[in-house]
Amino acid sequence: MSTNVIRKGAALTTRRGLLKAGVGFGAAGLLTSIAAPRVWAKTYPSMGTYPEGAQGKSVFAAGLFPLTGPYAAMGHDEQRSLELVVAHLNNGSKVTEAVPSLRKGGGVLGKKIEFGVADTQTQPNPAVQAATRFISENKAMVMTSAVSSAVAVALDELAQRKKVINMAATTASNATTGKNCERFGFRLMADNYMLSQALAPVLTKQLGRNLKAAYLVPDYTFGTSLYKSLTDAFGKYGWTVASEQLAPLGTTDFTSYLLDIGNSGADVMFNETAGADSVTSTKQAIQFGIMKKMKYVIPLFSGFAGKDLGPDVLEGLYGTEPWWWGEQDQYPLARYFVADFEKKYNYKPRFPAANVYNSMIMWADAVERAGTFYPPEVIKALESGQKVDTVAGKVWFRAADHQGVSPVPVLQGKSKSEMNGAEDFFKMVEVVPGEQLMQPIEQTGCHMPPIEAT
Amino acid sequence: MPSTALLLSQAFSGFAFGTLLALMSSGLTIIFGTLGFVNFAHGAMFMLGAYAAFVVLAYTHSFIAALLAGAAVLLVVSVVLERGLLRFFYTRPPEDQLLVTFGLSVMLIEGVRFFFGSDSQRVSPPQWGNGIVDFWGLFYYPLYRVEAIGIAAVFLLALYLLLYHTSLGLMVRAGIEDRMMVGLLGIDVRRMFLLVFAVGAMAAGVAGVIFAPFSAVIPDMGTPFLVEAFVVVVIGGLGSFGGAVVGGLLVGELLSLTTAFDPAYSQASIYAVMALVLVMRPRGLFGRIGRV
Repeated sequence: MSTNVIRKGAALTTRRGLLKAGVGFGAAGLLTSIAAPRVWAKTYPSMGTYPEGAQGKSVFAAGLFPLTGPYAAMGHDEQRSLELVVAHLNNGSKVTEAVPSLRKGGGVLGKKIEFGVADTQTQPNPAVQAATRFISENKAMVMTSAVSSAVAVALDELAQRKKVINMAATTASNATTGKNCERFGFRLMADNYMLSQALAPVLTKQLGRNLKAAYLVPDYTFGTSLYKSLTDAFGKYGWTVASEQLAPLGTTDFTSYLLDIGNSGADVMFNETAGADSVTSTKQAIQFGIMKKMKYVIPLFSGFAGKDLGPDVLEGLYGTEPWWWGEQDQYPLARYFVADFEKKYNYKPRFPAANVYNSMIMWADAVERAGTFYPPEVIKALESGQKVDTVAGKVWFRAADHQGVSPVPVLQGKSKSEMNGAEDFFKMVEVVPGEQLMQPIEQTGCHMPPIEAT
Repeated sequence: MPSTALLLSQAFSGFAFGTLLALMSSGLTIIFGTLGFVNFAHGAMFMLGAYAAFVVLAYTHSFIAALLAGAAVLLVVSVVLERGLLRFFYTRPPEDQLLVTFGLSVMLIEGVRFFFGSDSQRVSPPQWGNGIVDFWGLFYYPLYRVEAIGIAAVFLLALYLLLYHTSLGLMVRAGIEDRMMVGLLGIDVRRMFLLVFAVGAMAAGVAGVIFAPFSAVIPDMGTPFLVEAFVVVVIGGLGSFGGAVVGGLLVGELLSLTTAFDPAYSQASIYAVMALVLVMRPRGLFGRIGRV
């Protein structure tokens, strides 16, 4: 109870931002109601925030990110990226110039994008409350959201109910596009299944077959889903489970879990925790000598794992990220993105930033191709399988479950001497193309609801 | 059934975490007992201690200096807050007191976020804490974690001596039993409140310094810790120093030992015990009936 109230207080800081955005939008709406040209070739019935949200000079994008709590650093990465992608879409940039539908610039369908950001507090309830406010007060046409699968799933449900598209940004749980898939929810980021499929062959090659593994698992949808994906992927190579330790999000002391793992006789430890929890548990694992006893793997490195843990800890460790800025060597758009982001915020963007950036590019491209903001047409365009050039190369959505087909970089921590610059924490062992990693659709458990379903 | 060695190591681990919880909770409980309100900013003060350690270690590399700095920063912060803000709330209704400490907590957390950002800061154990202790070949434990028990115990002992072997402590304990009577006896309650708030805040700050080397140092780090400290105080009895110590050790053991059997029930177990205590003995294990 106490955490709730404290965090509710923290949301106050963002409420002002929300208010400001609302005022700006209201004023814009007032102006344009006098002189708005009707450009629609076709008229569509109203649905969700359409047409209200698309009648003014601008459209509103809602960002729902964790600005407090263990994922706050990643949430701020997302917030900055939303600001950047909105500026790029409104004013043009080298990235938008490379996407044919966005080349003309000036926003989306000639409307400038405005945005507001609210703190989800990494919890579904506050996230849904804030999103509902953005929808009813700002007539948001699109949401981009989350670090946390629990939040992403809750917002996808809201999106389906309110008929407003949610481009879920940082969520790895398979359920987001599996049993919890929604017609109005899209997730571009590689999910746990894909990350595990990318990691298993590389790690098996390095460490061998038939090993015993212990798992430290965050006790919510992301952690349990990653556990299942890893055990499936590594099971194919004969790996078995020596210990499974479920720890709640925001655990203060991981010692007791680590003692169990140290005693389990495992050859390898998978630390699935993320954000600040990953830092705490890794620090404690080092102090308990876990790394000397067994191989240590962080299957999904957090956005700021490099900076938080440092090369002394990370050297030689294997893991994945849904995107790493080193991909700029392969994708020119990543190079522009990294340069612009770094110029504005003085550090290199991490995968949460890339997720938001790419998700918004995908949405804007789909709206342009649909020629309207009417959600069913935009969804159709997103489902068309159109490959779009992004900062992660060419990506697209699978229509059946709305899972993005995105590449997965398998990473290994560099030693201090190998680092070329302060943020060069990882070498990319391999960038595995997304299409090789997709979970067969019949295994996802996704029964895509129709547009009308609530 | 887990092996004896594992159970022993888990029991020791529970003890190690329990002493820290006891230190944190004793600050919370004496503030509640004397000033009559729950300090929701206690978690934020724990966090301030950790950040003080981070800053001081970056400049001096002396862990002793970090411990002193953690206490000193909280001394200054608590005096300023008590004199400048909280004392105006002693006669206000409980909801106002609750809201003002909430508000403080948010301001402290967001203030630190403003200066340091949301990403975690690196704090290493002291040089003399590197190494691993071998407990008769049964289990191993990091040296610093063993030393942390000692550091926390020293501060707990200091608190005990202050409360039970000084005239100030006598006044504080009398104030916990009956605030009005103490005032009527001509004791300067104002000064006593200030001192108690400062001592309670310093306990949180020191706990934050001790904890920093084995945790991610982020602005929100105190929040989950505060929740656990509340559980300790409720189990031990509101306002009871002994209750905070026993409750802290009990909660530490519960968290740790349940993990040996089924980690998924570890967190739930402390709330189950808290519920049980509230049903069987609502005043807590060491609480007295009629105490504030």
